[in-house]
Amino acid sequence: MIEFTIWDILRNLLLATRWTVVLSLVSFVGGGIVGLGLLFLRISKRAWLRSLAKYYIELFQGTPLLMQLFIAFFGLGLFGIDVPAWLAAGLALILWSAAFLGEIWRGCVEAIAKGQWEASASLGMGRLQQMRYVILPQAMKIAVPPTVGFSVQVIKGTALTSIIGFVELSKAGTVVTNATFQPFTVYGLVALIYFALCWPLSKSSQILERKLNVAHRNH
Amino acid sequence: MSLIEITEVRKSYGANEVLKGINLDVEPGEVIAIIGKSGSGKSTLLRCINGLETISNGSISVAGAQLHDDEVHLKALRLKVGMIFQQFNLFPHLTVGSNVMLSQTVVKKTAKPEAETMARRMLERVGLEQKFDAYPDELSGGQQQRVAIARALAMQPMALLCDEITSALDPELVAEVLAVVRELAAEGMTLLMVTHEMKFARDVCSRVVFMHQGRVHEIGRPEEVFANPQTPELRQFLGVH
Repeated sequence: MIEFTIWDILRNLLLATRWTVVLSLVSFVGGGIVGLGLLFLRISKRAWLRSLAKYYIELFQGTPLLMQLFIAFFGLGLFGIDVPAWLAAGLALILWSAAFLGEIWRGCVEAIAKGQWEASASLGMGRLQQMRYVILPQAMKIAVPPTVGFSVQVIKGTALTSIIGFVELSKAGTVVTNATFQPFTVYGLVALIYFALCWPLSKSSQILERKLNVAHRNH
Repeated sequence: MSLIEITEVRKSYGANEVLKGINLDVEPGEVIAIIGKSGSGKSTLLRCINGLETISNGSISVAGAQLHDDEVHLKALRLKVGMIFQQFNLFPHLTVGSNVMLSQTVVKKTAKPEAETMARRMLERVGLEQKFDAYPDELSGGQQQRVAIARALAMQPMALLCDEITSALDPELVAEVLAVVRELAAEGMTLLMVTHEMKFARDVCSRVVFMHQGRVHEIGRPEEVFANPQTPELRQFLGVH
């Protein structure tokens, strides 16, 4: 039997960590873009656009991410579309992140006093101008801590994509375990790597929250 | 032609009718005080004039710009009439100067240098030119309200709506804001103000409108309205018997 050193195990896990990081970034950035679109729909003046975004968010928040991954992976296959695991994983995570980010940001926008909308409207600004120059700059400050906090959920969410065969950190852990028969060591290392990714984010979210609460403006 | 024409304006929230057919024409240069109990519809009327509230019936026009509920019409209307709020509503993330410059550059597409010149001039007019680089939360309430006035003036409106602009101020700060308003009135600015400052209304206004239960209950020159109220409701409101 071949002997595996800790370094052999760790090296393989770290190589797979790249994909966890890439998938997290893609999901977070893509989810952010779609989420911004959802935010605008959610606070639209048209009722049907608001409902549309609301149902989208309820659907994606109300079903397990795992089911969304299965549907993206197997569901599209039923229509003869061959979906590679990385595409299904990226798509499902983007749509899922968007639902949460859109809703987090809606809360931040609605936390801005109504008077800000009224004052900017009475100065003749259109809705997009109000958002861009008055509302979003203020809402963004409130949004930073919960957004950074959510990025931790995204990283942990990528672990589920191992089930549809995307080789990221968790999947690599399974593969390495099958070769080494050292599940405790391998999954222990996997957990440590996740922790090393997530903990700095959680911590910075806390620090940002404290900082932004003290000063309501940046000067 | 009157500057502001309010014709048969009605406004309901569900089954609750808060404006029951308001008619009011305002001539250029007039200073009008709208008084009345809370719930009489005076703030709602003011907010209807620049489209912050929609109206259910009737029409409002300011210098030919009609009130319609779409962005193009609203913008045209709001360029003609500025508004000042009880809570100041300055943009807290911007300096005083940027507060006054923002809508000039964004809405009117004025070039930055001209907008700044205008901002400095308007701040000087309200006596705050030295606060150009300060942030709103470094100012007192009275100063913030004066910045709000400068911000509205920088858009060069034909009329100003003032919604209880001294009600959120400490008593000692009321005077500095009223002094600015008094000066505007003297310069011929058309003003519509919802106010509880009866003495100010008496001294400065050309007409006083007393609103009661969604109607213009009594209207006239301040010396008549205050000295000789015709209706029991106004007498009760003014506390004369």
